[in-house]
Amino acid sequence: MMGSNRDWDSQPPFIHTDYKSTVLRGPTKPLIPISQTLSELTGPVYGHEAVGELDADMTRNARVNGEPLGERIIVAGRVVDEDDRPIPNTLVEVWQCNSSGRYVHEADQHDAPLDPNFLGAGRCVTDENGRYEFRTIKPGAYPWRNHPNAWRPNHIHLSLFGASFVSRLVTQMYFPGDPLFEFDPIFNGVPQGARERMISSFDLSLTEPEFALGYNFDIVLRGPKATPMED
Amino acid sequence: MKRGQTPSQTVGPFFAYGLVPEQYNYPFASLADGEMVDDTTEGQRIRVLGHVYDGAGDLVPDAIIEIWQANAHGRYNHPADDRKDNLLDPDFKGFGRMGTGTTPDNRFVFDTIKPGSVDGAQAPHLNVVVLMRGMLLHAYTRLYFSDEEDANAADPVLSSVPEDRRETLIAHRDVDLPGRVYRFDIHMQGERETVFFDV
Repeated sequence: MMGSNRDWDSQPPFIHTDYKSTVLRGPTKPLIPISQTLSELTGPVYGHEAVGELDADMTRNARVNGEPLGERIIVAGRVVDEDDRPIPNTLVEVWQCNSSGRYVHEADQHDAPLDPNFLGAGRCVTDENGRYEFRTIKPGAYPWRNHPNAWRPNHIHLSLFGASFVSRLVTQMYFPGDPLFEFDPIFNGVPQGARERMISSFDLSLTEPEFALGYNFDIVLRGPKATPMED
Repeated sequence: MKRGQTPSQTVGPFFAYGLVPEQYNYPFASLADGEMVDDTTEGQRIRVLGHVYDGAGDLVPDAIIEIWQANAHGRYNHPADDRKDNLLDPDFKGFGRMGTGTTPDNRFVFDTIKPGSVDGAQAPHLNVVVLMRGMLLHAYTRLYFSDEEDANAADPVLSSVPEDRRETLIAHRDVDLPGRVYRFDIHMQGERETVFFDV
């Protein structure tokens, strides 16, 4: 799509027939291009004041009578724009299933145990260098009903606003070497060449000895067009 | 160094306890919900309510709608909007979000104020992001008001939309309901498919 504001080499289409529920839910008519005005170049501002003491530690923020089950991990990285400039003081919202592959959400009927000490929701904010970090339990894989014997690779959901409304991003972070990648229509809905940007990398320097393994995941947000308001 | 954008993925069916936990009664604080105003907010109170329909005409029970808007003076609460002539209303953030899964008819409801005109040229409008299971990336649209006919006619964004599709962006005042209520349904597909923007 030449001249589009969105980068269709990086972003998935609205309709990807292998992911069946896109067929009736994705818009079918061409998007209408508009010049970026203040409405697009501003966006919700949430900084450190929005994050509570335990929000960035999902191994602790929902304990009832003990520790959550599963493998503790530390996830950290930088939030940057396409020129690798850090995006400071920006909110990262996180949610995921537990180590057994079960979401707390009441609509999740997967027959795997809930963990009374794990909610799976958290949030953190990037520092002045765009760095963020949270602690959690490595999420399990789980079945879904898209096609016979469909399973989602392990993933963590992330939501970011970035500097403006055009940089809004909701994505999923995956783990290296997952054998389910090749069978997952959500992962493969993204154009080839961009998919690996969603896979975190194991990083020994992020691990905490005797406590948790570490994964690095950088998030690259779209910036405003170079020449706004001049179309 | 040019870095490739992180690709979008679907918000999935289970976003509620991460993004709108209090609305769905999960034990985690919400940052935003459908209640965008308090007693001190300046401007005319309005309620916006609507539904999301899929291509079969069925209600979508697991969508999440986000609103971003200017205050009554047409100013955004964001550092990039530093126009001194348009006053800031410091307590009005201008952001709301709501899932469609907590009422029997899967509605979204935002209690907010009618925004002012942003830059003189644009008609009062709400910026809207639509996310749901079954969308690999979010869609952008805008909500304009049926009782702003003159401003709408002069709005450059609305004017760039083919005339026969502009109606999909207009929220209509429902005079049968108390208060100032506007109805705005979002149709993902079909004859009345909502206009979505490439912003």
